[in-house]
Amino acid sequence: MNKMKLLATVSALVAITGTASQAETLRLLTWGGYAPDEVVRLFEEKYPDIDVEVTFSNNEEMIAKLRATRGAGFDLAQPSHDRIYAAQLEYGIYKPLDLSQIDTSVMQDGLLKSVKDNTTIDGEVYAVPHQWGTSGLMADITKAPDINSWDDLCDPEYKGRTSMRLRRTILLGMAFSMGKDPFAAYGDLAEYQKIMDEVTEKLIACKGNIKTYWSGGDDLSNLMLSGEVVASETWDSTAYKLYGEDANIVFVPPETGALAWIDTFAIPAKGEADDAAYKWINFVLQPEIVTMMSASTGALASVKGSIDLLPDDKKAAVKAAFDDAAIENLKFFVNIPAGIEDIEGKSLERIKAASQ
Amino acid sequence: MLRNDATKLSLILLMTPFILWIVLLIILPQLGIGYLSLREKLGPNDYKFGFANYVDFLQEPIYWNTLLRTAWMSILVTILSLFVGFPIAYYIAKIARRRSRAALFLLCLIPLWVSDLVRAFGWIVLLRETGIISGALQSVGLIEGPVELLYNDVTVVIGLIYTVVLFMIVPLVSTLDGMDNSLLEAGYNLGGSRFTVFRMIVVPYAMPGIVAGCIITFMLTAGSYLTPILLGGKNSMWFTEQIYDQFITRYNWEAGSTFGVLLLVFTSFVVWLGLRLTGQNLASTVAKD
Repeated sequence: MNKMKLLATVSALVAITGTASQAETLRLLTWGGYAPDEVVRLFEEKYPDIDVEVTFSNNEEMIAKLRATRGAGFDLAQPSHDRIYAAQLEYGIYKPLDLSQIDTSVMQDGLLKSVKDNTTIDGEVYAVPHQWGTSGLMADITKAPDINSWDDLCDPEYKGRTSMRLRRTILLGMAFSMGKDPFAAYGDLAEYQKIMDEVTEKLIACKGNIKTYWSGGDDLSNLMLSGEVVASETWDSTAYKLYGEDANIVFVPPETGALAWIDTFAIPAKGEADDAAYKWINFVLQPEIVTMMSASTGALASVKGSIDLLPDDKKAAVKAAFDDAAIENLKFFVNIPAGIEDIEGKSLERIKAASQ
Repeated sequence: MLRNDATKLSLILLMTPFILWIVLLIILPQLGIGYLSLREKLGPNDYKFGFANYVDFLQEPIYWNTLLRTAWMSILVTILSLFVGFPIAYYIAKIARRRSRAALFLLCLIPLWVSDLVRAFGWIVLLRETGIISGALQSVGLIEGPVELLYNDVTVVIGLIYTVVLFMIVPLVSTLDGMDNSLLEAGYNLGGSRFTVFRMIVVPYAMPGIVAGCIITFMLTAGSYLTPILLGGKNSMWFTEQIYDQFITRYNWEAGSTFGVLLLVFTSFVVWLGLRLTGQNLASTVAKD
C-alpha cells in the first residue's frame, strides 16, 4: 500500500516537472504600461505553451540589472535606442538580432533606419523600434498660456509653479534653448563640458523658480492635476493621459524642438527564449494590438500609420499638441558616447546640491 | 561521549542557518563592495587597483557635504526620537496598568504593519499644498492661501522620526520594565525631587536601553532611502541617494561601492564616538543580559 502511494507521488512529480519543462517562459524587462494584462492574455492564448513574466523598469535600471548578470535573467528588454551601443560595447549585455525572424516590413522606415544606424556593431543589428515619443513641456493653458520654450520654466512669472525631472533630458533641452547643440558636441568632451557648465549655472539660478523635481509619471500627474504646478517638463505620454482628464492640460513641443526617443526591442546576451521573444515582437506589432498597447503606454507605435491606430482620446491629444512643423522639428536622441554621462552626472549633482 | 556528540551536532545544526546568513548575505557582499571600491576605472573594461575613488570622494565637496548632512540629520532624528520615545516608554513600562500595557504596545506597533512607502505617501497626502492640513487650516481661517508643508528638511525629519521611533521605544520599555519601583520610592523617601530621581535613578538605569535604541535608530536613519527621497525637496540630498545614483544612473559601481564603504565606516565611527562620549561600551549596553 505504502509502495503504491510512493509510486503515485513520484509519477505525479515527474508529470509536474515534465510539463513545466515543456512550457517556455518569456521574461520581459520593460517599461510600465508596455505589457498590459490584456495583451499578455491574448498572447498566452495564441501561444499556450509560453508563459509571460513581466518586470517593469526604466533605462538605467534595465542596464544595471543586465550588467549585474552579464545579460542573464531576462529574454527580451526594451531600452531606448540611445542606450544600446555604449552599453553593448562596454558590458556586452545584448545579443545580435536575427532580422529574418522579425516582420520589419510593418515598421516605419525612418524609425527602423534610425534605430538600426544607432545600434549596429560590427555589421550586426542589436535592436528594432517598438514605441516612440517625445519629451517636451506640459502646461495648463488657462494658467500658463505663454509656455513654449524650455527656459520658460525659469520665467519668474511662474515662480514656485513649475517642475522638471532632474535627469539628462532637461540638461539637453536647456542647452538647446540657450542656442547650443549638445548633440553636435558629443564628440568633443571639452566642448560638451563647457556647454554643461553653462546649463548647470542656468539651472541653479532657476532652482528658486521650481516647486520640486518630479521623479515619476504619477508624481507629475498629481502635481499638474492638483494645480500645484502649472507648467513642467514632461514625457508626451504623461501629458496625453492628463489631457484625457483635463483638456486644459496640453503637451507643448518646445520651439527648439521636442526631444524624441524610441524604445526598442533588444535580446539580452544570455536570454533563453529567443523564439518566444521574436513571437512577442511580431505579436505586439499587429494593428489591433498596437491600439491596445498605445492606450496603455500613451506613446506611438513605430508601425506605419500608427497615429490612426491610436485610441480616439489619444489621437485628439496628439493632434492638439503636434502640427507638421513640430514633427519636422523633432530632435532624436543620439547615441551617448563614453564620458558624456559622467559630465552630465556631475552637473546634475551640482544642481541638486546647490541651495536656492 | 555519545551525548557530547549529540550536543555538538545540535549546536552545529542550530548555528548553521545563522552562519550561512552572516557569511553569504553580510560578509561576502561587503568584501565584494570593498573589492570594487578599490578598483579604478581607466577605460572600458580596463581597471587597476588603487585609492582613486576615495581621493575623488575627498576632493568633491558635494559628496562629503552630503555625508555630513546625512549624519547630522540622523543624529538630530535620533535625539528627537529619544525625547519622543522616552515618555511613551516610561508610561507603558511604569505607569500604565498591566492589562492595558499590551494594548498600548500594540498601538505603537500598528504603523509598522504598513510598508514604508505607503506611510510616506500618507505624509504626502497630509502635507501637500492641496493636502488635508493645508485645506483644514484654510477652512478654519488660520491662513489665507494654501501653504506648502512638503519638500523641506523639517518634513524629512518628522517623517524619519515617525518611521524609527518604535525602535527607540522597544528597548526602552524592556529596560524600564526591569526597574524595581522600590528604587524610585527610596529616592523620594531620601528627599529627592522628581527631577533628581529621574536624573540620578531612572536615566542611569535606562542607559543600556537608551544606548541600544540610539544605535538602532541612528543606523536605520542614516541608511534609509524612501522617506528622505519622497518627502525631501529640491535641495534635500541623502547619502543613500548618492549611492543609488552612482550605481544606477551613472553605471559607476566603483564610486557607488566606495560610498557604501564610507557610509558604513562613518556611521560606525559616529556610534563609537557616541559610546565614548557617554562613557558606555557595547558590552555594558546592547549585549547586557
